[in-house]
Amino acid sequence: MDWQGQKLAEQLMQIMLVAFAVVAFFTGYLVNSFQTMLLIYASGVLLTTLVAVPNWPFFNRNHLKWLDPSEADRHPKPQISSTNTGSKKKSSKQHQK
Amino acid sequence: MHSFGHRANALLTFALTILALMCAMASFSDNFNSPSPTADVQVLNINWFQKQPNGNDEVSLTFNISADLQSLFTWNTKQVFVFLAAEYETPKNSMNQVSLWDGIIPSKEHAKFWIHTTNKYRFTDQGSNLRGKEFNLSLHWHVMPKTGKMFADKIVMSGFRLPEEYR
Repeated sequence: MDWQGQKLAEQLMQIMLVAFAVVAFFTGYLVNSFQTMLLIYASGVLLTTLVAVPNWPFFNRNHLKWLDPSEADRHPKPQISSTNTGSKKKSSKQHQK
Repeated sequence: MHSFGHRANALLTFALTILALMCAMASFSDNFNSPSPTADVQVLNINWFQKQPNGNDEVSLTFNISADLQSLFTWNTKQVFVFLAAEYETPKNSMNQVSLWDGIIPSKEHAKFWIHTTNKYRFTDQGSNLRGKEFNLSLHWHVMPKTGKMFADKIVMSGFRLPEEYR
């Protein structure tokens, strides 16, 4: 998920859970059934899980902008090298970053 | 919220916290219930009244209990535990409380009842103080909730007296 998507997922989760809890409590209280409250809330939790947890496409609409690679400027290719040392140097540069 | 596991964990813990709050609110809502229970007990017969070999008095009674405890039930009531106790005073103890009968009322429909029975549990004294003793019969109840606080109360019925002599 991108950043906007993560924020949306968190907000959706919080709002949906609280809304279902409120509906569940008052419905259960009015029909005098504790079980009704639990059933409404449980189905609400399930629905919220389906909406906010998986990585749906609508959470990925604002793509992350990665910077252009500027490595080429900062780390010029060595002139004398064997194939082995060349690859080792590349990996050590990534770790230093 | 950067991964499936992170979101799933956040959702689960938040959902459970909200559930705990709902249960607390449900328990609190029991305070808005103002119950009006009624009860009456008649002692029909003293079956026998003896002094046991260990020196303690014991009496067997047959009684009628009629009660309407329907108003105790709320949406948050699991069951009501009810018991009948004989209460009296002796020189040794300022309060003696002996449970004679108890029962569990599982639902509102069963809460209006009438029962004719001998005492389920022995009515035994600590000593031999029961001859001619005046005692109260009190019906106690514990309203056991589905979640949260338990409420307990009683109705005291006085005017009962044991025989002067053993039978």
